[in-house]
Amino acid sequence: MNNIFVYLEIEDGIVADVSLELLTKGRSLANQLKCKLEAIAIGSQLDGIGEQVFSFGVDVLTLADDKKLYPYTSLPHTAILVKLFKEEQPQIALMGATSIGRDLGPRVSSALFSGLTADCTSLEIGDHEDKKEGKVYKNLLYQIRPAFGGNIVATIVNPEQRPQMATVREGVMKKEIADKHYKGETKKLDVSKYVSSTDFVVNVIERHMEKSKLNIKASPIIISGGYGIGSRENFDLLFDFAHVIGAEVGASRAAVDAGFADHERQIGQTGVTVRPKLYIACGISGQIQHVAGMQESSMIIAINNDPNAPINAIADYVITGNVEEVIPKMIKYYKKNTK
Amino acid sequence: MGLKIVVLAKQVPDTRNVGKDAMKADGTVNRAALAAIFNPEDLNALEQALRLKDKYEGSTVSILTMGPGRAAEIIRESLYRGADDGFLLTDRAFAGSDTLATSYALSCAIKNFSKVDVIICGRQAIDGDTAQVGPQVAEKIGWPQITYAEEILECTSQKIVVKRRLEKGIEIVEGKLPMLVTVNSSAPECRPRNAKLVMKFKHAKTISEKQAGDQDYIDLVDERPYLNINEWSVNEIQADANWLGLKGSPTKVKEIENVVFQAKESKRLSPDDFDIESLMRELIANHTIG
Repeated sequence: MNNIFVYLEIEDGIVADVSLELLTKGRSLANQLKCKLEAIAIGSQLDGIGEQVFSFGVDVLTLADDKKLYPYTSLPHTAILVKLFKEEQPQIALMGATSIGRDLGPRVSSALFSGLTADCTSLEIGDHEDKKEGKVYKNLLYQIRPAFGGNIVATIVNPEQRPQMATVREGVMKKEIADKHYKGETKKLDVSKYVSSTDFVVNVIERHMEKSKLNIKASPIIISGGYGIGSRENFDLLFDFAHVIGAEVGASRAAVDAGFADHERQIGQTGVTVRPKLYIACGISGQIQHVAGMQESSMIIAINNDPNAPINAIADYVITGNVEEVIPKMIKYYKKNTK
Repeated sequence: MGLKIVVLAKQVPDTRNVGKDAMKADGTVNRAALAAIFNPEDLNALEQALRLKDKYEGSTVSILTMGPGRAAEIIRESLYRGADDGFLLTDRAFAGSDTLATSYALSCAIKNFSKVDVIICGRQAIDGDTAQVGPQVAEKIGWPQITYAEEILECTSQKIVVKRRLEKGIEIVEGKLPMLVTVNSSAPECRPRNAKLVMKFKHAKTISEKQAGDQDYIDLVDERPYLNINEWSVNEIQADANWLGLKGSPTKVKEIENVVFQAKESKRLSPDDFDIESLMRELIANHTIG
């Protein structure tokens, strides 16, 4: 009872990275709170899920396995979580800030009247004092998230209601195996007791999911372009450079909003969070919302016309100049010195 | 037979264009420096509603928003684009509401409408980016939901067919009415204002705005009832005050911090050949690249 639950997102029998990242976080929170880490998988043909998740330190894996539960639809998955949470009374429930988690989370939180904080960038355990009521709450989940376009960071708590619910974007938390031989227990739900036929009101009649070939967050080198790049065509220069040195191309929100780059390349609070060995920021001014998604890069090179661009403050190397001039030189001298 | 459509919209500070004066010296947000705009995805939602109105004769589009008095501005913007009427939910009791308390207030207001077939709203608002209010409203009124919509392909009394745009692909889903739909920014942009509608509705006002205005306007509104923007307080929507505002919000803000990044000691380089070549040599030598 009062454990930590992580909702597993599953596509074609594979547990999503974001769920494994949440299990990693969930394991460390569970250790701190001295409770169990539980995972819930809802879908079809779930026999292979256990071997994918137990090594992340899952103590209890609950399976709701029925062919009608895949692909995901809102009401059946909501019904299962709501009933299960009423029975199990988890203190914390985590899910990915994905199109599934952001469809499911609010619905579940509304049904349980429990608070939900979206897109947390950090989760910690701590106490909270309500001075007005003169009450102290021990071991609450601090749900830390940016607000107002990233200009402020707010710490949110849910003092009274349970579970304390939070969603987290992919790539924000680290994914780490806790113990290769960790073995938890598996429970199977009798799905018919949790979902009624009236929950199946929306049917998926067509579905085209692409396996994203792009995995920016796994790339050791990222060359990122901002609004200063100027056009989609100019981004080609970044792709050329990336090709030469074996890097991936990222983009700031401003560049994506302007149509210079695709959304899947967006780095920052509303895109992916990356921690590469080398991050080359080209024509990026360095708005907080972007910096938050790349500041943990081991080395940062900023190339910008503006000697006072905010990005320069966090860069190891600042090159003040035109991207169109600097990048070809970098390509040239890379080639020259690697021959 | 036409559809009764309600669009939920929000007036938001324009957090996408945060200037240098957006933060005060003490680290708090300077709201005055941020323009109040029509939440972008709510405009996408309005466009989907107006397309349904164009397609299915006899349909009506009502705008419902919750906010301070000045939020009436986005109702007028909606009327200029083809909405039929507007409702402003405004009351001090709503102040401090989190997404759940907001959803409760909106759900009470929706129950005030006689018969609604479809509720359409933006997926999320740019000031919070939570995407929670749509699904929470749906849950509170006991309706199903279709989120992340890019296009409503069909909407008749028998069924609604929607194309959803997700991170990794698309889905076409089918359901029955009533339905709440949240719309992505990948959906078509909202049509511009229509000059005739601007002429017709430019004096549309809420009761509070009328009281603040001069007598001529009041007479004008009496003559032309369509110029009335409905204003509802807690009493009009029969909401329970315990579920509103800070009291009705399970989430509490414990702390707010200004974002400050740790500045590094940077090495400044020129774009000259010598500097760039030295840098590339260094990166290769320490195995950062290559």
